[in-house]
Amino acid sequence: MNDLIRMIPSILMIVSPILISAVGGMICEKAGVVNIALEGLMGIGAFTAATVHVLIESSTPASVWIAILAGAAAGLVVSIIHAYASISLNANQVISGTGINLLSTGGTIFLAQVIFKMERTQPFKLGMMPGFAGIYPTAWIALAIVLLSWYLLYRRPFGLRLRACGEHPQAAASAGIDVRRMRYIAVLASGFLAGVAGACLVLTQTIQYTVNTINGAGFIALAAVSFGRWLPKGVAGASLLFGTAVALAIYMVNIESLRFLPSEFFSILPYIITLVTLVLFSGRDYAPRASGQPYERGGS
Amino acid sequence: MKQRSVNRNLLDRLLSSDKAISISVVLLGFLCGTLLVVAVGRNPSGMYSAMLQTLTGLDVTRGTWNIRYVGEWLNASLPLILCGLSMAFAARTGLFNIGAEGQYVVGLTAAQFVALFGPRIAGLHWLLALLAAAVAGGAWGGIVGWLKAKFSVSEVVATIMLNYVAFFASRWLTMLIPGTNTYRTPSFPSTARLSSPLISRLTNGSRLNLGLFVALLSCLVFWFIIEKTKLGFELRATGLNKDAARYAGINVTKGITSSMIIAGAFAGLAGAVVALGSFSYGRVLGGNDNYGFNGIAVALVGNNTAGGTMIAGLLFGMLASAQPLMQSRQIPKEVTWIISGLVVIFISLRAAFRIILDKRAKRRAAELKERSDE
Repeated sequence: MNDLIRMIPSILMIVSPILISAVGGMICEKAGVVNIALEGLMGIGAFTAATVHVLIESSTPASVWIAILAGAAAGLVVSIIHAYASISLNANQVISGTGINLLSTGGTIFLAQVIFKMERTQPFKLGMMPGFAGIYPTAWIALAIVLLSWYLLYRRPFGLRLRACGEHPQAAASAGIDVRRMRYIAVLASGFLAGVAGACLVLTQTIQYTVNTINGAGFIALAAVSFGRWLPKGVAGASLLFGTAVALAIYMVNIESLRFLPSEFFSILPYIITLVTLVLFSGRDYAPRASGQPYERGGS
Repeated sequence: MKQRSVNRNLLDRLLSSDKAISISVVLLGFLCGTLLVVAVGRNPSGMYSAMLQTLTGLDVTRGTWNIRYVGEWLNASLPLILCGLSMAFAARTGLFNIGAEGQYVVGLTAAQFVALFGPRIAGLHWLLALLAAAVAGGAWGGIVGWLKAKFSVSEVVATIMLNYVAFFASRWLTMLIPGTNTYRTPSFPSTARLSSPLISRLTNGSRLNLGLFVALLSCLVFWFIIEKTKLGFELRATGLNKDAARYAGINVTKGITSSMIIAGAFAGLAGAVVALGSFSYGRVLGGNDNYGFNGIAVALVGNNTAGGTMIAGLLFGMLASAQPLMQSRQIPKEVTWIISGLVVIFISLRAAFRIILDKRAKRRAAELKERSDE
């Protein structure tokens, strides 16, 4: 137990990016668009942040924060592809998401080769510094984002409208809501948040961007959205659980009582839990009803 | 006037032809890749000479010829074709199989186990390993189909989860094998290998192997099941309209499960072909081989048909196989990944063609109406 308490800063470091990305995925699905490109968008955010940070870290102390904003902007820009394909063209949302995931690995390493002449970004000297009690500021960013998403989705008319677009877009449209505009906002928000998440990940957990930096964190975030039943508090709890599992897989060598288990046990855990809960909760409508379905304007 | 209507019909036909769209999407991908190479100040002719060398073995920069490159190209295409078939088969039933990667890993792991512990009888050993891989991959896909049919769990989420379960379980199980370190098992006995001295000699020592026939046979099986059997007909009907199929008395639940089993078996075979064809020892996977994910692109370009998937698999195999040659010509090899990614994105945009077609049809109807009013 003491081991676990000592691990709290590390756990929060791993949980934060997953949670930030998962909130984006949740908002996106709430508006009716599935975003399986979270993994790729995180990669783009991480690459951009690592590159910006390494280029300006010696010239400004605010470099880390500029890098996070740059990562967010990159995630937002690339998510426009997904938004345009799945909202304006009614394309299959899974295909355009897969395309972005494929493009992300190739595009980031290609740019790294051009900028740094190697298959990764140049390592930066200093990442983000931990604050109070060894906890990285990313944990507070994640907390703020969850609270803000809850407030916007459940306490503002805007959130009601956005959720309506994911439940019954035709009804929302007849009530005067611009469904396509709402869905654009949601997809771009998820791109922005995935970018932030990628940036937070690379600046706290490693010293450079490589092809393995994200390593499934985006897909864990996707799982957290389902396991968290598309609710802010559920997604937060799921991310905390999954992040802890990932942390245990990494740090279990330090824990005497767990050493008999292979680290793969903890790596598998999030995915098995998600699958089992999907089966257990099947038949009950937790998912936004129109999630994944293109919205075509009726009539004309 | 006559000329105009001919042009219009041609354009309509091109826009509604899957083949024409696939070809234009690939050309567009290559065009963007070329522009990108130019944009970063490299000479794109290096990219194309690398591709030419992969396809023909001809090295135009040195004027030499070595057929080994052709063998390596075909060898790189085999798992892509098989994973493409996996994706394509599920797609014909209206399912999106992102899980080829996991089914591939499960097949690879099963093949490695049979290779190390199976009966060392020439001719039988690798056959058993292939069979085990197909069964394992089929089971892995079947779970997804069953969950989808029985509990309406989204196959997209389920396959993504199972991809990671497969990956970590494979590492775990493989490392239990005695004599295994963190990246490899002991060597396979020669009876388990798919390598063929004849094919290898014909291609000047390339790693091309009996997997070639596995891939060709799989394409035939795919075509036969889809086009010539009752099961294939039912699966296609389910894919086109699930409710209509159910109304026609087709067992949709069973169809979804069997479709995913067959799809998984193709991907499982891909795992066996790579494990027993390209390697002489079992691997403890350190990362995804990504054949499953690239298989999605292969199937999309191949329009989910057997022949199309084979051609698209050869195309993406060429891109993968040309990577080291590109790198040696100062072209960042990742441009090939970018081309694959762009091709998939462009294909997702093909819905735009349908919108254009609809608009044109509407305009034509309006014109006709005007003319009849006159």
